[in-house]
Amino acid sequence: MDVLQLARWQFGITTVYHFLMVPLTIGLSVLVAGMQTAWVRTGEQRYYKMTKFWGKLLLVNFAMGVVTGIVQEFQFGMNWNAYSRFVGDVFGAPLAMEGLVAFFVESTFLGLWIFGWDRLPKKVHLACAWAFSLATIASAYFILAANSWMQHPVGAEIVDGKPTLNSIWAVLTNNTALAAIPHTIAGAFSVAAAFLVGIAAWHLWRKRKTDDEHRAVWRSSIRLGGWTGIVAFAVLAITGDVQGKLMFEQQPMKMASAEALCHTEQPASFSIIAVGDVTSENCEDVKTFNVPALLSFLAHSDFTTEVKGVEDLVTEYQARYGTNYPDDPQLGELAGKPIDYVPNLPVTYWGFRIMIGFGAISAGTGLLALWLTRKNKIPDTKWFPRLALLSIATPFIANSAGWIFTEMGRQPFVVVPNPSGVDGVWMFTAQAVSRISTGEVWTSLIALTTLYAVLGVVEVFLIRKYVRGGIEGVIPPKTDHDQEGKDELAFAY
Amino acid sequence: MTLETIWFCIIVLFWLGYLFLEGFDFGVGMLLPILGRDNTERRVMINTIGPVWDGNEVWLIVAAGAMFAAFPGWYASLFSATYLPLLLVLLALIGRGVAFEYRGKVDSERWRRNWDRVIMIGSWVPPLGVGLLLTTTVLGLPLDEHGNRIGGAFEAVRWDTLLGALAVVGFALVHGAAFLALKTAGDLRERARLFAIRALPVALLPLFALLAVVQWREGALWTLVALAVAVVAAVVAWRKLVADRDGQAFAALGVTIAAAVVTLFGALYPDVLPSTLDPANSLTVAETASSPYTLEVITWVGAFGAPAVLVYQGWTYWVFRKRISAAHIPPVHTP
Repeated sequence: MDVLQLARWQFGITTVYHFLMVPLTIGLSVLVAGMQTAWVRTGEQRYYKMTKFWGKLLLVNFAMGVVTGIVQEFQFGMNWNAYSRFVGDVFGAPLAMEGLVAFFVESTFLGLWIFGWDRLPKKVHLACAWAFSLATIASAYFILAANSWMQHPVGAEIVDGKPTLNSIWAVLTNNTALAAIPHTIAGAFSVAAAFLVGIAAWHLWRKRKTDDEHRAVWRSSIRLGGWTGIVAFAVLAITGDVQGKLMFEQQPMKMASAEALCHTEQPASFSIIAVGDVTSENCEDVKTFNVPALLSFLAHSDFTTEVKGVEDLVTEYQARYGTNYPDDPQLGELAGKPIDYVPNLPVTYWGFRIMIGFGAISAGTGLLALWLTRKNKIPDTKWFPRLALLSIATPFIANSAGWIFTEMGRQPFVVVPNPSGVDGVWMFTAQAVSRISTGEVWTSLIALTTLYAVLGVVEVFLIRKYVRGGIEGVIPPKTDHDQEGKDELAFAY
Repeated sequence: MTLETIWFCIIVLFWLGYLFLEGFDFGVGMLLPILGRDNTERRVMINTIGPVWDGNEVWLIVAAGAMFAAFPGWYASLFSATYLPLLLVLLALIGRGVAFEYRGKVDSERWRRNWDRVIMIGSWVPPLGVGLLLTTTVLGLPLDEHGNRIGGAFEAVRWDTLLGALAVVGFALVHGAAFLALKTAGDLRERARLFAIRALPVALLPLFALLAVVQWREGALWTLVALAVAVVAAVVAWRKLVADRDGQAFAALGVTIAAAVVTLFGALYPDVLPSTLDPANSLTVAETASSPYTLEVITWVGAFGAPAVLVYQGWTYWVFRKRISAAHIPPVHTP
């Protein structure tokens, strides 16, 4: 593999991995802040226990989110230095803002929250929880604004051959970003919701026959998870539709690949599933359960309009952006070679379907949980806790598939040229990569992947341990020790 | 002063903030196996930095992010040219960050010993790497006309950049010991203070050697003044340690690193990354800077954001200002 491919693999692996931690952190931190608010307002012990239990799981996960995020920021300079030089004027600004405005708040107030129990007045301590949980959302906002600029470049003009920022407001209110943010945040909440439902269902079931003093904690958790999951899914569906329509306009090739729509259709049908190779000559034949005219509706809100297929789009792109890469030695193997404008069809087609399908499964489990726990009921069949535990994985898979679809769908561009983006602002992925040796990228790819794998095992081990430990595992029992050492810290590593 | 120069200074300030703040928490991690005699003492040490190390680390993120936004060419060339040392820093920081959080999560000697090792490696490697990186940006690299590194992956590893690596490690070690003297009580505090007194004259030598090299090659009269301030502050720090004034010693060490950073980057300006092949290939403040509009935007953000950061981070240090001793450490509780 050459540097380009290695750097792409590394970016893909580190990003998807980072984004396993991030949504859980975002969703859970807001829910934990909510639990703590309920405790401060009502003084009820179950809310205190919920805050402690879910807060501990949040912290185990938060650490991984932070450390894997550092890699993301440095990677642009290490592996994608030509990209950084080309777009730094625009792309760097939201990244710097993220650090200065959001990430400082997040890290500092998280420290205050962890160690501030009993040190800070109750309400100030609660405010710390809100400060860091809202800052996680602010972080997401700036990062998504940066990413959305790659999907739909706005607020810039070409000066001396480089995109130059001329309106930060346009970048921060990019319609692509405004659609992506609620979608991504809702995705984060669906992860946290499935986490709550799965774990609480297991605890409820485990002590269903005994009189469990913590039952109220698990009941409140499963109800909160169920409702969060359903609301999140509703937001996902609505914002997904908005995003889809924007993408048909901004990145028609991505959406045509999401459907593996080879030929232009009018009206266009939506494919539910495919059997066989979606890249084959007659890709319509392999798609089963087509819903007639639905794709036209999804794209343009009416059932009759034409939706352009991959083949026609390729012709358009070739006319506009050339048939071959420039004969520039900096492009390495690809110099002067024909440009493949079609993203990887199986990945985009299946990525899109996995995202929607798995997202729906997790919402379904949430709905089921609410039904089974209605009117103080406790589900006593074994299939439900099993299903709920398994469902924890589904929104994670949906999120990853969504990101893989979004990022692979913009290939071969790193900054996608758009009909509604700034004219002339675009860049091929092949032009973006650093001129470094393959040995360097191999080393980092192997080292990071190995370390991530090891730490992934440790994190899952610890989360399991704390999940099994339940409430007793996070609230130390009262002992004689408490009387002697009044000076003791409420929490210490 | 142009906006470009102001942003050069702001980035220097971010790096200084990073070296000053994470400098001492690296030091604490480096000293973990040296000063921590048992698990409780090691927990005392870790908890002196527990609430703040994560916030300290953000200074690195923001230093790099600000370089990206204000001087994309600097960010792009430096980080790709120092690829492998930077990778080691990242790997070490990943391990270190989770180690603090995970160390106490299982009640087993073996588990704790392993994570202590990770904390130790995670505290020695990053200052080495950051020292190497910052020295490289001051002393330069063989760069071609595109700003890309010519030569192999280890081009940034030379005797003078290694001196920079040792300089930051030496500083972190002393700074961490002084911080422990300031933040702990009893026996541990006394040992930390004695360690700082003994280590200081040796550990700060690489830093002063580096400053001398830089001053000799690129320095001006005013950087010589800054160098002198760094030396004097180090002497003051040593005397304050001997006189049992930890707070003042810690502050004096802060002055040392501030003056050292001023000397280094003062000598670098107006370059940001010199080319050792051909001065025409050197990256300068003017060439690598973003457009005036982008600089203006981030100046507004910085003007409101940075003071707020200083206020709430300062408040964190105030909230957790008490000295910690073994008596404050609660028993281990895991599920």
